[in-house]
Amino acid sequence: MPKVTIDGITIEVPEGTTILQAARMIGERNRADRHVVPPAMCYYSKLETSGGYCRTCLVKVPKGSDKDPRPMPKPVPSCRTTVMDGMEVANTTDPTLIDARNGVVEMLLINHPLDCPICDQAGECDLQDLSYENGTAASRYEFERRTFEPIDIGDTIKLHMTRCILCYRCVKVAEQLTDGRVHGVINRGDAAEISTYISQAIDNDFSGNMIDVCPVGALTDRTFRFASRVWFTKPMDAHRDCDTSGCTGKVVLWLKGDEVLRVTGRKDQWGEVESFICNTCRFGKKDLAAWTVEGPRNIDRHSVIGQGHYTLKRVQPVLTSPAPNVPELAKRKELKDR
Amino acid sequence: MSAPKPLTDRSRVVSDKRMTLMERIYLPAMVAGLLITIKHFFRRKPTIRYPEQERPRPAVYRGRHVLKRDEQGRERCTACGLCAVACPAEAISMVADERRPDEAHLYREEKYARIYQIDMLCCIYCGLCEEACPKEAIFLTDRLVKADHLRMPFVFGKDELVEPLDPAKRIDVSGRQTAAVLKFKQNPRYAHNR
Repeated sequence: MPKVTIDGITIEVPEGTTILQAARMIGERNRADRHVVPPAMCYYSKLETSGGYCRTCLVKVPKGSDKDPRPMPKPVPSCRTTVMDGMEVANTTDPTLIDARNGVVEMLLINHPLDCPICDQAGECDLQDLSYENGTAASRYEFERRTFEPIDIGDTIKLHMTRCILCYRCVKVAEQLTDGRVHGVINRGDAAEISTYISQAIDNDFSGNMIDVCPVGALTDRTFRFASRVWFTKPMDAHRDCDTSGCTGKVVLWLKGDEVLRVTGRKDQWGEVESFICNTCRFGKKDLAAWTVEGPRNIDRHSVIGQGHYTLKRVQPVLTSPAPNVPELAKRKELKDR
Repeated sequence: MSAPKPLTDRSRVVSDKRMTLMERIYLPAMVAGLLITIKHFFRRKPTIRYPEQERPRPAVYRGRHVLKRDEQGRERCTACGLCAVACPAEAISMVADERRPDEAHLYREEKYARIYQIDMLCCIYCGLCEEACPKEAIFLTDRLVKADHLRMPFVFGKDELVEPLDPAKRIDVSGRQTAAVLKFKQNPRYAHNR
């Protein structure tokens, strides 16, 4: 099994693992090491052949492997580069790489409109997070931005092509989850756009997942359109028995009072849904009675969605012994730190 | 044993000695007190007759809010909710709606606030909403909120907050924008932030 060192943290991973996956393994092993994980806008672990388009996950490789210790001459996309035994990777430790990534973010933002106040994705947008971390407030771009009219693809999905960063994730969803893909990318270069075949509506059971995989606000839920800002809703884990094959029925309900404003898949710490859900769950069941609510969803406290959501403090286990001895105190401290 | 040292210079030793004749007739003390009262008749009054009269307030005074319109009379607010999330008193609430194609002359962006409410009793006039606003829509002005004996009139809706369409009746907030802000707005590198 190859051993790879990312920002000085070593992990042993199975053969064929990419650098990005290895970094995520480190992040999953220890939450404190999550800074080694490069950001990814187009790579989606649940979609095959995704990745390689956006260049945000670039990393430096100062040492290729034990057998061939020469450094790789250019930054490599970590989502498409497999690890070698003894490889050393720099993600946050290399200043030239930070520069390169800032440049990539500036390129992504060239045509992206600054309409976050209007966009329904604001507050849970990967590009917002990325530009907050790696972008600059100023823009060197002085020309007209590429603009498109927003169009409806089907009666439940709105496409704002202006906001698209051409990550191809939605195309992979259409290819791999649904039967008979009816949309793709047409035209080339600056004029490239996501489109359906002669304005054909998208209607198959899993098409709604392209809303969840979209890292920006290009594909949004028409049933949630302008209903509320994300951070004024209350996310709750819920499930139902779904008849559609391939749908687990495990979702997040975004509530305002008892009203279900939106239903989405459950996103993990890397912003990817844990399982894809069908359109019946997503658009058809906007009634709280149709769901078994499990409890409030745990939102990262750095997220704006967590604002104003007060959670109960973790209940400390009560120690029964009259005079707690030292190991027990140590255990209690460990529980507290967790 | 000597008397303990007083803690302050204001302490007075109370005695029950017999009053002198001057003290016993009280009249000199009454006249002295009356003179103090009469002297105040001719002093300048520290109070003013509000609401007929108002004190001058600086241009940066943080009073009643206004929702601005742009030069073409379209509402600037797009119901992004940043003022509500910035508000420490949670006084702001809003409901957004999508602009219809025939309403393009009323609202600037494709989304607008159908309902926008500020509870003026909750508001602490800190100005964070103004600071959070990305569209230069909400400003605090040097106007005051009129008193009332009910609570409901203090929940201001759009009819109280949005400035009049008539260009002559617009609310001037130019005093609230400092030279540094105006200079920042001239910078083309930040033009995309508009």
